[in-house]
Amino acid sequence: MQDVKKKLLTAVEKMPAFPKSVHQVLKLASDINCPQKELVEVIKRDPVFTLKILRLVNSAYFGLAREITSINHASVYLGLNTLKNVALGLAAVGAIPKANVAGLDMGAFWLHSLAVATATRMLGSMLGVSRDEAADYFAAGLLHDIGKVVFALYMPVEFQQALARAAEDNSPLHEAEAESLGATHADIGALLAEKWNLPGPLRNAIERHHDVGEGGRSQLVDCVFAANQISKKLAFGAAGDFSSTPLPPGVEARFALDLEGLIKEMPTLDEEVEHARIFIKLGEAS
Amino acid sequence: MRFRFRGTRGSLPAPGPDTVRYGGNTTCIEVRSDAGGLLVLDAGTGIRELGLDEARRMPIDCHVFISHTHWDHIQGLPFFVPLFVPGNRITIYGPPDPLTMTGIEAVLTKQMEYPHFPVRAAELLADIDYETLRDGQVVDLGFATVSNMLMNHPAMDFGFKVACDGKTLFFTGDHEPFYNIYEPGDEDYADYGKIVDERNRAITEFLRGVDAFIIDAQYTEEEYATRRGWGHSTFERALALAEEAGVGRVYLTHHETTRTDAEVDAILDRLKREWADRRVRFDMAREGETVEV
Repeated sequence: MQDVKKKLLTAVEKMPAFPKSVHQVLKLASDINCPQKELVEVIKRDPVFTLKILRLVNSAYFGLAREITSINHASVYLGLNTLKNVALGLAAVGAIPKANVAGLDMGAFWLHSLAVATATRMLGSMLGVSRDEAADYFAAGLLHDIGKVVFALYMPVEFQQALARAAEDNSPLHEAEAESLGATHADIGALLAEKWNLPGPLRNAIERHHDVGEGGRSQLVDCVFAANQISKKLAFGAAGDFSSTPLPPGVEARFALDLEGLIKEMPTLDEEVEHARIFIKLGEAS
Repeated sequence: MRFRFRGTRGSLPAPGPDTVRYGGNTTCIEVRSDAGGLLVLDAGTGIRELGLDEARRMPIDCHVFISHTHWDHIQGLPFFVPLFVPGNRITIYGPPDPLTMTGIEAVLTKQMEYPHFPVRAAELLADIDYETLRDGQVVDLGFATVSNMLMNHPAMDFGFKVACDGKTLFFTGDHEPFYNIYEPGDEDYADYGKIVDERNRAITEFLRGVDAFIIDAQYTEEEYATRRGWGHSTFERALALAEEAGVGRVYLTHHETTRTDAEVDAILDRLKREWADRRVRFDMAREGETVEV
């Protein structure tokens, strides 16, 4: 057991740092009155983010007549709205590898993550969370499976085994992971969240997104759980696990709906996910 | 060259008894060369009537320039009759959408999608071409050249300069003067201010000496105080820019949706008094009015 823990920690240590700016951009971008100065300041403090934005606004997609050389420059040229949307797109896919790794199709992985992010935010809004909190709900959904990326990158052989086993038995991936790797993607995701200093509730949501018990303990965890099942049921993308689970009583009680009922309450999910796909494209463009 | 205001209203059409003189249709300007070449600046609801007039002399060859793809500048396009008739040649020019990574072709396909419109863009029978513009590109139509410059609006927005029959016209699309987001004392105030000045100066130079200047002047200074960052200018700022650039004649447009004819009259009277001694000749844009440049 000590051995497993050590291996997991070593893998987590290898992951790149998660920019704080991503979190701040997600927050700022959900505010209709977001002050331009604040957004510009957040971006400027992060050199990687800055570089990505400059690369993108200087790409052929924008077709600008002259080179944009600084974030101040980009801000004047493009204005708040465009800059905000560019930053939002880049923030979402910022820190994560783009190439396929160890049997994980990153395009499909991102689509699944975005679908869960979008659905988590919609569920949060249905339960009356504020706009500010809704951004946190989105982030929790976006990052819930991040542990799989750590496995795929740094423990690829065992992870491939787990993927194969889950596919063969049509069983939940986290169970196969526990057998092959001694821990689940939720476990290692939580360790990564700790290294990244993500806020407690976010860390908790990553750790418990397969382990809600009867449900009803944490609203955010219940939302991520339900969003995950909805996305799998509707086959938005794929992250190596195709089995969806019915909602436990505590989660059903929270929404006063079962899984099918919830899906009916979210007729615009398709469209919102389609919109979120832009993030994937933007990430690739940089 | 002559031009006619087909739509002068900002944001949303505003029909009714209070807007009959300055007009209720959203932005559209018909521009015609002496030899009859036709180009259209923006496709707000004003383009519908232009389409009806053009339908009497089809087949036509026409160039539509879209400053930006906010609704009030594109919503008349699906009602532009010549698009539906084979034999017409229509070229649509406009900015890219870098966020969805699509070009100006999306201006029709998107708003004509099934839930929004009964006919799909693919069913339009005219010969339609799309050309997504780059910042600073010059388009030569033979009877006129159209050059553009990126303006300041919460979308990619091009101002267009039309040179035709030895005269020039500049149309801003929607535009708010660039401003510094930092306060004096902030570390970046000077740097940001320098870029802002550069951009404002570039626009002044671009439109220096044009014969006709059609500019977004949606707000009064009082209104602007609470609408900074919305992407529109004020009467005073528009006139100051025109004066500085030494343009021929100014047409103030993109009338605020809620503004009545009487209110526009009152503003015009006030401006005529306050700007009586200044070096700028101006008027309000009136729907239906034709101007010989």
